[in-house]
Amino acid sequence: MAYSFPEEVLEHVFSFIQDDKDRNAVSLVCKSWYEIERWCRRRIFVGNCYAVSPRIVMRRFPELRSVSLKGKPHFADFNLVPEGWGGYVYPWISAMAEAYPWLEELRLKRMVVTDEALELISRSFKNFSVLVLSSCEGFTTDGLAAIAANCRNLRVLELWECEVDDRSGNWLSHFPESCTSLVSLSFPCLDGEVSFSALERLVSRCTNLRTLRLNNSVPLDKLPNLLRRAPQLVDLGTGAYTAELRPELYSKLGDAFAGCKGLKSLSGFWEAVPSYLPATYSICAGIRSLNLSYATIQSPDLVKLIRQCPNLQRLWVLDYIEDCGLNALATTCKDLQELRVFPSDPFGVEANVSLTEQGLVSVSEGCPKLQSVLYFCRQMSNAALFTIARNRPNLTRFRLCIIEPRAPDYLTLQPLDAGFGAIVENCKDLQRLSLSGLLTDRVFEYIGTHAKKLEMLSIAFAGDSDLGLHHVLSGCNSLRKLEIRDCPFGDQALLANASKLETMRSLWMSSCSVSFEACKLLGQKMPSLNVEVIDERGSPESRPESLPIDKLYIYRTIAGPRCDMPSFVWNMGERSALRFS
Amino acid sequence: MCRGSSSLYSLGGKLLSSGNLMSPPLLGVGEGQSNVSVVSSPSVDGSCQNGSGLKERNYMGLSDCSSVDSSAISGLAEENKSSLNLKATELRLGLPGSQSPERDPELCLLNPGKLDEKPLFPLLPSKDGIYSSSQKAVVTGNKRGFSDAMDNFSEVKSAVFTEGNWMFPTVGSDSETSQSKPQGKFHVSPGVNAILPVRPSLNSGVKSASAKEHSGTQPGMKKDIVPLKPRASNETGHNTIGASNNNTSAPAAKAQVVGWPPIRSFRKNTLATTSKNNDEVDGKPGPGALFVKVSMDGAPYLRKVDLRTYSAYQELSSALEKMFSCFTIGQCGSHGAPGREMLSESKLRDLLHGSEYVLTYEDKDGDWMLVGDVPWEMFIDSCKRLRIMKSSDAIGLAPRAMEKCRNRN
Repeated sequence: MAYSFPEEVLEHVFSFIQDDKDRNAVSLVCKSWYEIERWCRRRIFVGNCYAVSPRIVMRRFPELRSVSLKGKPHFADFNLVPEGWGGYVYPWISAMAEAYPWLEELRLKRMVVTDEALELISRSFKNFSVLVLSSCEGFTTDGLAAIAANCRNLRVLELWECEVDDRSGNWLSHFPESCTSLVSLSFPCLDGEVSFSALERLVSRCTNLRTLRLNNSVPLDKLPNLLRRAPQLVDLGTGAYTAELRPELYSKLGDAFAGCKGLKSLSGFWEAVPSYLPATYSICAGIRSLNLSYATIQSPDLVKLIRQCPNLQRLWVLDYIEDCGLNALATTCKDLQELRVFPSDPFGVEANVSLTEQGLVSVSEGCPKLQSVLYFCRQMSNAALFTIARNRPNLTRFRLCIIEPRAPDYLTLQPLDAGFGAIVENCKDLQRLSLSGLLTDRVFEYIGTHAKKLEMLSIAFAGDSDLGLHHVLSGCNSLRKLEIRDCPFGDQALLANASKLETMRSLWMSSCSVSFEACKLLGQKMPSLNVEVIDERGSPESRPESLPIDKLYIYRTIAGPRCDMPSFVWNMGERSALRFS
Repeated sequence: MCRGSSSLYSLGGKLLSSGNLMSPPLLGVGEGQSNVSVVSSPSVDGSCQNGSGLKERNYMGLSDCSSVDSSAISGLAEENKSSLNLKATELRLGLPGSQSPERDPELCLLNPGKLDEKPLFPLLPSKDGIYSSSQKAVVTGNKRGFSDAMDNFSEVKSAVFTEGNWMFPTVGSDSETSQSKPQGKFHVSPGVNAILPVRPSLNSGVKSASAKEHSGTQPGMKKDIVPLKPRASNETGHNTIGASNNNTSAPAAKAQVVGWPPIRSFRKNTLATTSKNNDEVDGKPGPGALFVKVSMDGAPYLRKVDLRTYSAYQELSSALEKMFSCFTIGQCGSHGAPGREMLSESKLRDLLHGSEYVLTYEDKDGDWMLVGDVPWEMFIDSCKRLRIMKSSDAIGLAPRAMEKCRNRN
C-alpha cells in the first residue's frame, strides 16, 4: 500500500478530529491509518468498563491523556443494583499508573472509587488536572484530601451526586498555598462542613476559577465574601440559601451578585428562602441555566425569578412551579432547550401541587427550541401527548414519569400507547425515551416502527407479552441501551433477537419473566456477550430452570467474563457453565 | 424501515405466530430484524396453554389457571423440601435460644388460603411484577399489578408480626409497657444482643470497616439495656403489604416499590431533609425513602436498607437477618462446587451460636450507638448508617448511649 503522506502529516490531520465516532471511522480505513490513529489518540470514552479490559485499552492506545469510564447500569441510580455488584475503578487506576504516567483527565460515572484509588491517582500522574466523579461511591474526604494535596496542576475537581463519607471538612485545607490552577471546584453532594477560611483563600488565589458549586454547609452569609473574591465566576452553586431577614446581608448579597457579571449558571439554593432570591436579579439576564430542583419555593416566587431570566436555556425545578408557573416560563423563556420537573412529594398518594400535563403542553407550545424533557407528574392524556408531539418535533430526549405505575389516560382511561406513538412518530430525532403509564404491546410496535434514531429506552410496568420486546429489539436500529423493569417479557423475544444484543451496549431486565434456562442458552451461544444473572435469593441452580430469574444484565464485551463478580451474580457463558456442573 | 410482513404481528394487538412455533429461532436471526418468526406468548387470553414451560403466576406463586397442574406443583414442592435444609441455617438475630418468627417457604405455593400472611422470603420466586393478561385487561388504572411489583427480594418489607422476638435484649417478653428510661430492674443479659452466624471463610481481602470507625472500648463495663417501646406494626400502614391486593384504591399511605418513582437517592434524601426542615409534614407519614448503608464485620460488601419501610426494630432486624444470611452458609450460592453448600450439622451449630454480633448505628453526631436504645422514630431520625459488629467490639457503646439519652431528656 502506497503511503501518500508521511505519518507526521497524517497525525497532524488526525489531531483535528476529536469526535470518538470519527476517530473510530478513521481507524478503520486501512492498517496504517489504524496504527497512526491509535498512537495519536488522546482521549477515550468507555461506556461500560466491563466491555473491555485495561490491558486491551492500553495495548491499543498507548498515549492517552483523558479517560472516561462508566460502571454500573443506569438503574443503579434507583437502588435496583445491589451493593457489591461491581464497577471498581482501582484495577484501572493501577494499570494506568504504569501505562499512562502522563494521564491528565479522569471522568468516572457510577463507579466504586476508594480512597486508595484516589491516593494512587494523586501520586501516579504528574500532570493530572481533571477529576470528575458522577454518581460514584466508596470514598471519603480523605481521598479528596490526597487529590488536593498532591495534584499540583489540578484544574477541575467535580463531584456530582456521589456518596462520600465525610471524615472532616479539612480536605479543602490540603490544597497547598501554591495551588492557583483551579478552574472548577464542585462538591454539592458532600454532607459535612468545609473550612471557610481555606475555601476563601483558595477562591482568592485561583483567579481562573469559573465554576464554584458549594454544598449545603456553606451558609448564606459567607456567600458575598466568596463572590467578591471571584467576580469572574461563570457557574455558581450556592450553599444554603437561607438566613433570617437581615437587610445588610441582603444588600451585601445583591452587590456581590452584581459584581459577577459573567454568571451564566446558578444552582444550589438549598433550603431557599424567597426573600433572598431578588438578590440575584441583577445578573439574571445573563443566566442560561438555572437549577432550582432543591429549592422548595412556591410557584409565585419561582415565577418572579424566572421572569428575570429571559435567556434561560435550561431549567431544573420542583413541581412547586405548577402549571401556572410553567405557563409563565413558556411566555418568558423563548430560548428554553431543556426542562426538568422533579416531584416534591413522590411518595404521597394525593397530588400536593397543581402540576398536570397542562404545564408541559404549555411549554411545548411556547418554547420552540425545547429539545430535552424530564417530567414527573400524576396524570397524562393521549391528547396532551399528541399536542406535545405536534408542537415539538425537535425533541431529542423525552422522559415522562407518571408517578403511579400503569396509570391510564386520565380522560379516556385508555392506555397511553397512541400518545407515545405520536411522540416517536413526530420526533424523528428522538434519542432518548422513558415510558410510563398504562401501556400495551402496541406502544412498542410504534416505537419499533418509528423510533429509528432512538439510542436509549427505559421501560417500566408496561407491555403485555414478548411481542412488545420483540418490536423494540427488531425495530430500533440505533438502540444502544435498553433497560426494563417489571414487564411481562420472557424468553422468546430475547432469544429471537440475540444477535441484536451484540449491536447494543447493554440490556437490563429486572422483575421480568426471563427464565434461567434462557439465560444459560443465551450465555452459551453468544460468547461476545456477558450474560449476567443477578439474584440475591441464591443460585438459580437451586430452582427449576424454567422459573424466572430476578435481574439480568447483558452487555457486549471483548474482555470475557469478569473476575470480580460477587456471590449473587452469575455469568452464563460457556466457561462459567462448567462451574455449575 | 417499514415492516411489510404482516404475519409477524397484527395491528389489532393480538399475537400471531407464524404457524405453530416449534422452537424459538435463537440464532437464525443473523441477518437482522425482519427474519424473525415470533413469538407466541403464553396465555394471552388467560388460557393455560404454556408451550414454553413458562407458567404465569401471581405473586403468591400460584398459577393463574384454575386447573392447576398438580404434578408441576408437587414437583416444585420437592425442590422446596430439598432446599429447606438451609432453613435451619438461616440467620437468627436474637437471644440465645430464641427463634426468629417462623418462616415457611411453602406458604407461597401450597397454602392459597393464607392470603394475608405474606412469606418474607419464599424460596420460590413469587412473580415480581408479573401478572397475567387477565388482570391486564382491566383498564381502570387498577393498582393490582403495582402491588405485585412490590415483591422484592433485595429490600425486604416485613409482614406484620403479631409477636416478635426482639433482637435487642429486652428482658422477658416483648409485651412490656413502653419505657424509654432505664430502670434498675432490668438486668443485663450476658452480652449477647444478636447472633449472626458467619461463613468462616469469608473473603479476607476485604478491609473491615471496624478499624477506623471503631471508637475506644472499655472492657468490663456492663451494659444497661433500654427496653424498646413496643410498637404495633400496624401503625404505619405503608409498611404492610396487603395481601389482598385487589382493586381497592391505594391506602392512605402506600407501600413503596423499590426504585419507583425513579429518583436518585441523593435527591430523595435531600427532599426528605428539606421538607422536614420546612415543617410541612406534620401528621403525614414520613416523606420519601431513607437509605442507609449496612455493613457487617467480615462481609465482603455493604448493603443498603430503606429505614422508612420498617416501623419497628424487629422488622429491621428480620430484614437484616435475611440480607446478611447470604454471608453465612452458602446461601447465596458459590461459584464453586455444589458440595460447599452443605455443612455438617455440628458445624452449623457452631456457627449459629459461636459468634456474637450486635447491631450498631452511627448517629448524626458521628457516634456509634447500640440500636434499640431509643424510640424507633428518634432512631430513624438520627441514624446515618448501620453496622453489624462483633459484640466484643461493641462493649462500651451502651453507656455512651445512656448518657446521650439522659442529655436529650
